[in-house]
Amino acid sequence: MTESIALLTIFVLAAFVGVEVISKVSSTLHTPLMSGANAIHGVILVGAIIVTGQAESAIVVVVGLLAVVLATVNMVGGFVVTDRMLEMFRGPGARKKELQK
Amino acid sequence: MIPTWAQIGYLVAAVCFIVALKALSSPRSARAGNALGAAGAVLAVVITFVAYKPDHLVPILIALGVGTVGGVIGSRRVQMTHMPQLVALFNGVGGGAAALVALMELGDVHDGQTVAAIATAFTILVGAISFSGSVVTFAKLQELMTTRPVIFPGLPVLFIASVLGGIALAGWLVSDPRVWVGILLCLIGLAIGVMLVLPVGGADVPIVISLLNAFTGLTVAAGGYVLGNTLLLVAGTLVGAAGTLLTKLMADAMGRSVFNILFGAVRGGSTLGGGTASDRPVISGGAEDVAILLGYANRVIIVPGYGLAVAQAQHTLRDLVEELQARGVKVDYAIHPVAGRMPGHMNVLLAEAQVPYEQLREMDEINGDFKSTDVVLVVGANDVVNPAARNTPSAPIYGMPILNADEAQRVIFLKRSMRPGFAGIENELLYDPRTTLLFGDARDSLTKLLAALKTV
Repeated sequence: MTESIALLTIFVLAAFVGVEVISKVSSTLHTPLMSGANAIHGVILVGAIIVTGQAESAIVVVVGLLAVVLATVNMVGGFVVTDRMLEMFRGPGARKKELQK
Repeated sequence: MIPTWAQIGYLVAAVCFIVALKALSSPRSARAGNALGAAGAVLAVVITFVAYKPDHLVPILIALGVGTVGGVIGSRRVQMTHMPQLVALFNGVGGGAAALVALMELGDVHDGQTVAAIATAFTILVGAISFSGSVVTFAKLQELMTTRPVIFPGLPVLFIASVLGGIALAGWLVSDPRVWVGILLCLIGLAIGVMLVLPVGGADVPIVISLLNAFTGLTVAAGGYVLGNTLLLVAGTLVGAAGTLLTKLMADAMGRSVFNILFGAVRGGSTLGGGTASDRPVISGGAEDVAILLGYANRVIIVPGYGLAVAQAQHTLRDLVEELQARGVKVDYAIHPVAGRMPGHMNVLLAEAQVPYEQLREMDEINGDFKSTDVVLVVGANDVVNPAARNTPSAPIYGMPILNADEAQRVIFLKRSMRPGFAGIENELLYDPRTTLLFGDARDSLTKLLAALKTV
């Protein structure tokens, strides 16, 4: 039971951290932030790898591999697309430099 | 048991995610933050391979490769205008993956592990909702289906029945963890997801993406509980909490409540816009007429919208503005926080065309200037200048802060057609006698305007 309580504690504390870290975001960054958070939940990939790696029947392996593919798309695609969005948010300084070139 | 070094590695990855989210909240550090998040994710995956030594290593690596290629190609190829739907799709597949992981874990949930069983049921149900909801969202944004709210008679009853059925099935699954009950739960989750998103009007879709994103986060957290994996628990909870707050912030920026967005259309017809163009008379003009209005004004404000993005006209628009400035006209861009299909869309687009930051003015900053403005040039925007948001309490966008374009001396709309905006409601400003319409694709119209401006 102590392990469940430990996990529950982690859950509650992480929830507060999640609210706290993004509470001062400007509306311009809402979309990249959403996209970045989206990429982070792609770590379900870790779960997919663990479960597939322990699978014994063929059907579970197939379902597991499907989960691995989906989770990888979520994680990799999420980070890349966020980076593409943020590429556009260069500060005025960076843009001036580019213009000088 | 997971070795201690791996646990510590997971902790490092979790810290990466927290710092990444923090950094993503500020323009200066956002890009570095995203890179840090990606580094944390890679670290987590490598640790998992080493610590768990999974069987079927080769197929897993191949699946990983396939997913990586798919994700990179998808996100590299997509046009800026299509980014919101891609985010929706990525979110959906994440939710789907979580549901599948939970389904596979069903066999390992034993009697007496009630909390784990509840978490498993939750992951299956909500993961499926997130998956199908995101797919419908994608279809709406990609305009594979109508962007307007879809409601059929009996939808509210069917929706409530499905939710109750889902909860009952989840209860069954908790008391008797059988795989086929899990599959049934998954199917009912898919149906709920579809019914949840169908009634949502087009303009509210970004908020729904954010909400489904938070859902997926929570399913990942629950999945982490089932697997006893603290990293999944922390990362999922972070995203769940941050996503929920972000959903509320986005809804606030549009003057909407999340409850109304989800259930407004189900409760009554008021969130439905007319959606059809009326045949009331409007004043339309040619490029020369408009060029004269612009060229002899002292003060012009540009209001860009989704049409600008669709037509990829940002470069032409910048050229036009530079020409006006060369003639001594004072020109600014007024950026509505939700102009386009996602917050910040216009900033991204105009930044790409290298419009100087100082000319991009936020709504609160510029709204007082419209009174003393000669001409407002609305390029492919509609809902963000619709006075119905101020004057018509029955309008779906009522209460949303708008740009006060109607206070200016003259308003020019560059529009493709009389079709209403994304919210599907008529814009009174189009019929105002001070308004001139110039029909056509934004880039064509701007090119013609630019040519005409040089001759007047």
